[in-house]
Amino acid sequence: MFDDLVRALRPALVLTVLLFALTGLAYPAAITAVAQALFPDAANGSLVVRDGRVIGSGLIAQGFAAPGYFHPRPSAAGKGYDPTASGGSNLGPTSRALIDRVAADVRANPGAPADLLTTSGSGLDPDISPQAAQWQVRRVAAARHIDEARIAGLVAASVETPLLGFLGEPHINVLKLNLALDKLAGTGAHSTR
Amino acid sequence: MTLAGWTLIALFIALCVAITKPMGLWLFALYEGRATPLTRVLGPVERGFYRLAGVDPAREQTWRQYALALLLFQLVTTLATYALLRLQAHLPLNPRGLPGLSPDLAMNTAISFVTNTNWQAYAGEATLSNLSQMLALVPHNFLSAASGIAVAFALFRGFARTQTPFIGNVWADLTRITLYLLLPLAVIYALVLVAGGVPQTFASTVDATTLEGAQQTLVLGPVASQEAIKMVGTNGGGFFNANSAHPYENPTALINFVQMLSIFAIGVGLTWCFGKAVGNPRQGWAILAAMLILFAGGVAVVYSAESVGNPLLHQAGLAGANLEGKELRFGMAASALFATVTTAASCGAVNAMHDSFTPLGGLIPLFNIELGEVVVGGVGSGIYGFLLFALLAVFIAGLMVGRTPEYVGKKIEAREVKLAVLAIVVLPLCILGGTALASVLPAGLAGPLNHGPHGFSEILYAFTSATGNNGSAFGGISANTPFYNGLLAVAMWIGRFFMIVPVLAIAGSLAGKRVIPASAGSFPTTGPLWVGLLVAVILIVGGLTFLPALALGPIAEYRAMLAGTLF
Repeated sequence: MFDDLVRALRPALVLTVLLFALTGLAYPAAITAVAQALFPDAANGSLVVRDGRVIGSGLIAQGFAAPGYFHPRPSAAGKGYDPTASGGSNLGPTSRALIDRVAADVRANPGAPADLLTTSGSGLDPDISPQAAQWQVRRVAAARHIDEARIAGLVAASVETPLLGFLGEPHINVLKLNLALDKLAGTGAHSTR
Repeated sequence: MTLAGWTLIALFIALCVAITKPMGLWLFALYEGRATPLTRVLGPVERGFYRLAGVDPAREQTWRQYALALLLFQLVTTLATYALLRLQAHLPLNPRGLPGLSPDLAMNTAISFVTNTNWQAYAGEATLSNLSQMLALVPHNFLSAASGIAVAFALFRGFARTQTPFIGNVWADLTRITLYLLLPLAVIYALVLVAGGVPQTFASTVDATTLEGAQQTLVLGPVASQEAIKMVGTNGGGFFNANSAHPYENPTALINFVQMLSIFAIGVGLTWCFGKAVGNPRQGWAILAAMLILFAGGVAVVYSAESVGNPLLHQAGLAGANLEGKELRFGMAASALFATVTTAASCGAVNAMHDSFTPLGGLIPLFNIELGEVVVGGVGSGIYGFLLFALLAVFIAGLMVGRTPEYVGKKIEAREVKLAVLAIVVLPLCILGGTALASVLPAGLAGPLNHGPHGFSEILYAFTSATGNNGSAFGGISANTPFYNGLLAVAMWIGRFFMIVPVLAIAGSLAGKRVIPASAGSFPTTGPLWVGLLVAVILIVGGLTFLPALALGPIAEYRAMLAGTLF
């Protein structure tokens, strides 16, 4: 038995080094090289640039709070929408903290759809439901002094429908919607990537 | 619940069945050590590895040699990762200057990844440099998966061979599985992920200024290369704390669907490979049928429970399904399905926070792991865990008719049954023992975030996940303490190797026996009767042990929820 162990020592050590180098260095390096060449936009985080400045990522929620912008779902990531601390609330179904939070939000936002009252799993969910966007149209229109029907039309045009009708849920990307809103209102610059 | 939701679930199951044989054929070629189309390209690499390591791939090992070599290899890789994590501050690709990990966290993390658990007591984006993610952790995603498949192959050989002490060469198995199966799958899959929106860069952070003028620091890295093998190898350790709920790990509903399929891909293929190895693919299909029955039952419960939602939230004014902790883009069905898949397999990746599931929706993931993750299961570990239950099932059937049990041509005698029971008993011992300890000690009670039965469920889930080598969590628990890091590391190690060693011993014992042809008196192990018996044995032997613990956790919470009690 001791002989077997000694005999296994060299393969164990050498294969550790070789397989670590192959799967831990060569593999990610090769994927990075190919990904950067073929899909540079996605590989670098689907960044959204306006006026040459990075204003965020199309995949990551931001804490829009001004009345003239559409708001995302609540976030439990760090102090809210913090990509260095992704995560959910982890509050269970009988948690007093959860029920109190939701009840308070319902009082402050009567009629808000469920996705605007619940934190997402990542705290960085970039999307809201079409209903959640429609619910915000009146506020946004009032703040921007734009006709409600035009904002509602923008919302309707921003809905991403499920692939093949059953893969996913209808949703609207909040950052893209707000960029389109700025464009409609003529605020901010128009160059987006 | 919607028709679209059930369509998604049905399509998922159909696709799993569809990929079973193609994956099985690929695995069977590796099982036999035959050349694959990739041998022409990667053959020189394989031979070079053997030469440098001093390995003769044709020289087979007894079960003791196989087990010793595997354990030694895992020990060496554990130490390598421990060192890399401790020294993080002094290594390159760390522009944020993240410090090295504490000794208990580094040990817990190293063992976690070696054992295919990928329990994460840390938050990836806040704790690990890009080098730690790719060099300290990713190799284990390959090697722990390869180890699981290698042990499964060894057990298959035990059934298939006749009167030999040899069950294969562990070095050849590990190298071939990594080179010809996991690496090509990961390469293609990683590029698919990037095409779908997953980042892949050596950059670490990007600073953004939002439209409202706020600052946001985006964390990036080599995510796709880690994500691909994390799913295919049923590892489950995310680049980010939020795991596959994070939009950078799982950006769209389509990618999400591919991720779920990739968790099961190798596991279902191994059922076919087993059938082929023992000379009758129907043996494999019978196993898959039993697995899918248990799976479909589980996913139906989770989907129903999450769709009905939480009456306490309904009273608070929030109508409909339970969206807390879930991502909008996936929807209810895909969140329920993912939770069931990831715990049926030993993956542990999550696309929604299990901690915020309804009581019954959270019970199923817990129960799936407690069954031993034999419903498809982890790569390799799922099928060898399942075969232990198959041995118990033929043993029970043998007792009923008074004959020596046989399974796929081998007599199952006292030694095999004892070893199988040993491996099966370790699970409840570790889960319930650890939970009991943490439930009475102050250091354990300091962990849970939630109060009442749900707090107990958080502790129970932690020990279940660690022992079952799953890695998902009721994430509210604060597990990065010396107490939990230490105890859970022990649970992970025992859960992995007190299973692998008995399985290899069974492989050795079976290989030494001669194959006896099936006769009129043999209990048929391909038909519906057998499938029913398997399902019953798994539920009774695997599940009943945990009923009292589940009654204290999710079931008590379910009653409390209906009664309107808050904690």
